[in-house]
Amino acid sequence: MAGAAHRDERAAHRRSALGRVRGLGSAKEGVQHWWMQRLTAIALVPLLVWFVASILAHIGADHANLQLWIGSPVVFALMLAMIGAGFWHMALGLQVVIEDYVRSEALKLGLIVFVQFAALALALAAATALLVIAFGG
Amino acid sequence: MPSRARPVSPHLQIYRWQLTSVMSILHRFTGVALALGTLLLVYWLIAAAMGPAALATAQACLGSPVGQLLLFGWTLALFYHLANGIRHLFWDAGLGFELPHAYRSGWAVLVATLLLTLGVWVCAYSQMEWL
Repeated sequence: MAGAAHRDERAAHRRSALGRVRGLGSAKEGVQHWWMQRLTAIALVPLLVWFVASILAHIGADHANLQLWIGSPVVFALMLAMIGAGFWHMALGLQVVIEDYVRSEALKLGLIVFVQFAALALALAAATALLVIAFGG
Repeated sequence: MPSRARPVSPHLQIYRWQLTSVMSILHRFTGVALALGTLLLVYWLIAAAMGPAALATAQACLGSPVGQLLLFGWTLALFYHLANGIRHLFWDAGLGFELPHAYRSGWAVLVATLLLTLGVWVCAYSQMEWL
């Protein structure tokens, strides 16, 4: 008994600082969720400002103009980045809201699964639409 | 010792709201609203992918009074969440936690939200007239 405890203690000492903090928290994923929410937030600040300004510049644009705009490489890449960061940020944020306010464990799990699949589906739909607009002819 | 009936919490009639907590709730509220609003964005993109006719229908829908109201709500929620999100990022960096500072940044977020939303819509309407 004492020997096992001693071995555990020695094993804990041998772990690096990174190893000790890895996998902390109730979900055993450390600060990953928190960190990705911040990273996507930082990315979305310039992306959304650009997006709103661009939409303003394209009010009343017809289909051909829109194709020309979205078809340009920089616009296409920025739109994809906004869609990726945006829906990722959305999934992370909605998950926190669900975890905080839904009490039933089954409903909580079900809603989180739904939100993650919905975010992925919307991101895929948006990205596919973008591809068709840019390269669909 | 007779105990007086104490007000139970939260006693909403006499509860004094604080700017800081209301803004925290609004951050979550606008986040959920924006999540619903992404449906509009995806709808618009899919319509554009389907061709000129579908796009024209979508533009007409979004340009209708109800569509414009939804878009106005979307821009309001977006600028609030954006500005308050930046405020949160500063807090994450350990800056601006003191109460007077938190109140000042809170008011700044509200003013910025209002100005940016109005700015976008003044810009949008002047563009529409110009066309």
